[in-house]
Amino acid sequence: MNLDLRIPMGLMFTLVGLILTVFGMVTSGSAIYARSLGINANLDWGLVLLVFGGSMYILGRRGQKKADLEKPKPLPEGTVRRGH
Amino acid sequence: MSHTNLTYVDWLIMLLYFVFVLGIGFALKRYMKTSKDFFQAGRALPAWICGLAFISANLGAQEVIGMGASGAKYGIATSHFYWIGAIPAMIFVGIFMMPFYYGSKARSVPEFLRLRFDEKTRALNACSFAVMTVFSSGISMYAMARLIQTLHVFDYIFLSAGLPLGWIFHLSIILSAIIVLGYIFLGGLTSAIYNEVLQFFLIVAGFLPLVLIGLKSVGGWSGLKASMPNPSYMHSWQGMAHANTNPLGVEVFGLAMGLGFVLSFGYWCTDFLVIQTAMATDTQENARRVPLIAAIPKMFFPFLVILPGLLAIGAATPKITTIEHQDATGAIIHETTIPSEVELKGQGLVPAKADPITGKIVLDASGKPLLDYDLAIPSMLLHYFPTGILGLGLTALLASFMSGMAGNVTAFNTVWTYDLYQSYIHKGASDKHYLAMGRWATVGGILLSMATAYAATGFNNIMDTLQLVFSFVNAPLFATFLLGMFWKRATGNGAFIGLISGTVAAVVHHGVTLPIEAHPGLHGGWIAIVHHYPSDMAQNFWTAIWAFSVNFVVTIIISLFGKPKPEVELVGLVHSLTPKPELGHLPWWRRPETLAVVLLIMVVSLNIIFR
Repeated sequence: MNLDLRIPMGLMFTLVGLILTVFGMVTSGSAIYARSLGINANLDWGLVLLVFGGSMYILGRRGQKKADLEKPKPLPEGTVRRGH
Repeated sequence: MSHTNLTYVDWLIMLLYFVFVLGIGFALKRYMKTSKDFFQAGRALPAWICGLAFISANLGAQEVIGMGASGAKYGIATSHFYWIGAIPAMIFVGIFMMPFYYGSKARSVPEFLRLRFDEKTRALNACSFAVMTVFSSGISMYAMARLIQTLHVFDYIFLSAGLPLGWIFHLSIILSAIIVLGYIFLGGLTSAIYNEVLQFFLIVAGFLPLVLIGLKSVGGWSGLKASMPNPSYMHSWQGMAHANTNPLGVEVFGLAMGLGFVLSFGYWCTDFLVIQTAMATDTQENARRVPLIAAIPKMFFPFLVILPGLLAIGAATPKITTIEHQDATGAIIHETTIPSEVELKGQGLVPAKADPITGKIVLDASGKPLLDYDLAIPSMLLHYFPTGILGLGLTALLASFMSGMAGNVTAFNTVWTYDLYQSYIHKGASDKHYLAMGRWATVGGILLSMATAYAATGFNNIMDTLQLVFSFVNAPLFATFLLGMFWKRATGNGAFIGLISGTVAAVVHHGVTLPIEAHPGLHGGWIAIVHHYPSDMAQNFWTAIWAFSVNFVVTIIISLFGKPKPEVELVGLVHSLTPKPELGHLPWWRRPETLAVVLLIMVVSLNIIFR
């Protein structure tokens, strides 16, 4: 198909991961983490999502490039198809 | 649940999701050139995308919230809805039924019924299906608006803008309507499928950390076991031999036949809501793989959606606590947290149920507070997630509401345009005309959903009533498809009369039976009470068994009196007259059948591990 979903999806998770990671770093050691048993859930999970989103994006770009290469180039108007 | 303290990070994540959802719609708009692009995603999507959409279409928020609620109420036995009530049917539809759906070139499930049987069977199925999708989407909308209210997601924004809190409900309805309308109007089924996949990953991203933190808090798996109200919570098969010895109140035959066969095959094998995603792939082999690929994550979803329910019931019930700490100046500060009454009277993190009008806690016959199980997952999110990741968790919930709506709306616009409008109202128009019709049907579908959502606010029981009516219509369906695909003698008259008799049987069975401890009325017994069931679940399963059996028998009898369609017209529609799918070019390990065997082994192992 035309738009590889992995590109926008990868981008979205990368951004969410980035937001969580940065927010997690800024709030590191804050009292808000008493809820999550002292774990900095934002920083840890932000990094996980960053890796996930990034790899989705890279895979998507690769897939899109491959699909573009495989796509037969449209023949110019009026070309007579030969064979078969 | 007064302690929702969302901050700008949470809203930022939600906003980001909305931007991407609409962005994907806009990016897809330029590919929507024909009605096939719009209604069938051009039949060009990769199998893995359709596979994830296949389960996400079913994983609406009612499902997520409901499974968590059942987890808290019944324990691991809830996983029967996955391991018995989904996987076998998903394997069956992939291996045996998809060749007919995909190969017949039908564009929708009702259209398949026209090809196989006749016009009236299609009309019956198309009309009932169209009505149900609109209502289901409206119910999703209503439930989402209520949850947003209950969790006070937008309270802060409204208070600081000086707006009345009563408007939150309207805002939620209108916002979800605009967003879903926007992305389907632009990108059709492709948009809906892409968003279902997005939702799948959001649910994993939002719920996996919840399960991990929840498990750590109760002390791991062994800690969870020790914290359960009773040990049978951790077993799925214990006491299933008799209805009175297990929490579901169902015996093994009712479970296997009612849930495992009639209800689950009826849903996964005939509901266009899920079938439409498989029909959007590029080849028949891939269409067969879609439900099988979907079965892999489906098998493990109990760990994401049921386990939080168990963790909620196993967690410590909130108490009045005082923490002593020193501030920067060295002064000792006592900080007292007082949980609300519903939290104090709840069990674990599942709060007690409060009457929505009086605000008083609802008690059962023995004077114990009733628990509001539907809040098991939301209270887990609020309890364990700090601001930031909390936004992600709530976004996952919102996403599942919206994609539940979207799947219904795309199923509605396809069935409306192809099966009703093109067939009975305006035949032979240009493809452009039908594409435009599909877009306007989307608008109409959303408006009707909004009407349903508002109707639900006025009538207390409307949701239960609708779901009951759906179950009457859906219960007999599978018999029609089974006979249609595997018995060439089955006729259109047989199918039509069989379907109606099946639905009548469901209504009558419901009218003459009642779960114990229920009052006659919406729960059954409104004709006369002939039989009592140990639970409403057992009654539900047996209603389905009766509806299916009556449809099955009536279809056969009527068909035997009629003249079957000539065999040449049934090629590609009936098993015995259709050449087997050609798989010679695939090595054995890439064939759908191999994957099916692996899936069966996996699901049996899971049942043995958690028996």
